[in-house]
Amino acid sequence: MDTLSFEQAFEQLEAAVEALQDGQMPLERALNYYEEGMKLAQHCNELLEKAELRVQQLRITSEGLPVLEPFE
Amino acid sequence: MLFMDTAAIFSVTQISRYLKELMETDEILQDVWIRGEISGCRTYPSGHCYFTLKDSEAQLPCVFFKNARLRSSTPELRDGMAIAANGRISLYERDGKMQLYVENVEPFGDGALFLRLEQLKARLAAEGLFDESRKRPLPSSPSIVGIVTSPEAAALRDMLRVLRTRFPLAQVILSPTLVQGPEAPTAIAQALDALNTHSKAEVVILGRGGGSIEDLWAFNEEVVARAIARSRIPVISGIGHETDFTIADLVADYRASTPTAAATAAVPDMNDWREKLLEFEEELTESIETYLVDQREALERIGHDLVRLNPQYQLERLQQRLDDTSVLLQARMEHILSLRMERLKGIALRLHSLSPLLTIARGFAVVRRDRDHSLVTKTQQVNVGDELTIQVTDGQIHAQVKEGKNGHIIL
Repeated sequence: MDTLSFEQAFEQLEAAVEALQDGQMPLERALNYYEEGMKLAQHCNELLEKAELRVQQLRITSEGLPVLEPFE
Repeated sequence: MLFMDTAAIFSVTQISRYLKELMETDEILQDVWIRGEISGCRTYPSGHCYFTLKDSEAQLPCVFFKNARLRSSTPELRDGMAIAANGRISLYERDGKMQLYVENVEPFGDGALFLRLEQLKARLAAEGLFDESRKRPLPSSPSIVGIVTSPEAAALRDMLRVLRTRFPLAQVILSPTLVQGPEAPTAIAQALDALNTHSKAEVVILGRGGGSIEDLWAFNEEVVARAIARSRIPVISGIGHETDFTIADLVADYRASTPTAAATAAVPDMNDWREKLLEFEEELTESIETYLVDQREALERIGHDLVRLNPQYQLERLQQRLDDTSVLLQARMEHILSLRMERLKGIALRLHSLSPLLTIARGFAVVRRDRDHSLVTKTQQVNVGDELTIQVTDGQIHAQVKEGKNGHIIL
């Protein structure tokens, strides 16, 4: 889960919420959805807290090659 | 008067003053360049000059006072001239008229520039470059945002600030370019092309801070329009101020009024996500609770079913039915027996009334032959020597048949 991007985690979280709302499933799966969903929400929250805007500059060298370099 | 708060009713003068104040405290309106064509121009003996600035869709009354005219070295104004007029916009209260108080007038490319602009606009419009159907939806949460602007400009700082606050999850790729001067149009087009070729940006902001119409002119050039049109990445334009409308704005997938507004439009607000996450957590908890309650109820139902179907319980029920039936049976039996008893009593009574004992009591006797206990009612039934039992009221008499004169005599 730690490798999931925010969007991926958010999407999975949305799916878990929807699945659990449906409610037609064995107990173990329901509990799995719940635990998984709570972890995904936690993960998303952490990503939001840690997020820091990354700014790069696209430069084209004299040979016409693209270079991405940090800005500022 | 029913629905009015009379205290809140303004006089015409009051509301005019209010409007005038609004206009005169607005930064843009206090020092603005407006381009258009002169019409209805007339100069009075006082030296003041009045005219109307117009384009194809709107017109604006202008007044050019003598002092201002003398301060600026303005050529003779004539109807039909294309100019850019600088000054402040305010309300002329006496006539309820909004007008431009002109300070400077510049010929604006003797109309040729505007003519060219209008021609280009018409040509691109005919090609369908401005069509709503060409406009692509913006991604809801782009992980990479491209920016085409000048790296030194304040506009870039503004955009980065907005992006940092709203959506720091995003990665920004700046494709630097000149944004004014003769080199600018080509540079802008190349910078946009570079993002398309060398980046995975999901949306591009084409931005430039405010300036005069000449400063923004690069965004009216065809090369820029073409670059936006061929961009596979959706383009948001944020050029100049609210009032500036360039060709780039018309071709862009989304036109924002300023660079700041463009950055705002490019990314979602992280706080909305935070709220959404909270909602999700609540929904998860609510769902699992509902689920568990449902399961518990189902379990209880099953428990009840189990009890109902338990063989022991069945057996008890059968036992009870058996008991009930036995009781019933007994009652029936007793009923039947009592009926029989009643009948028996009746019969006994009748029997009693017919009993030979009563006859005997009246002096008759019952005679039986001992040999076979048969009743003796005729003499022919006995022979001499037969033993007889004679029943009387209080007992029996044993006798033997002897011979007599006229048949048998009982002794």
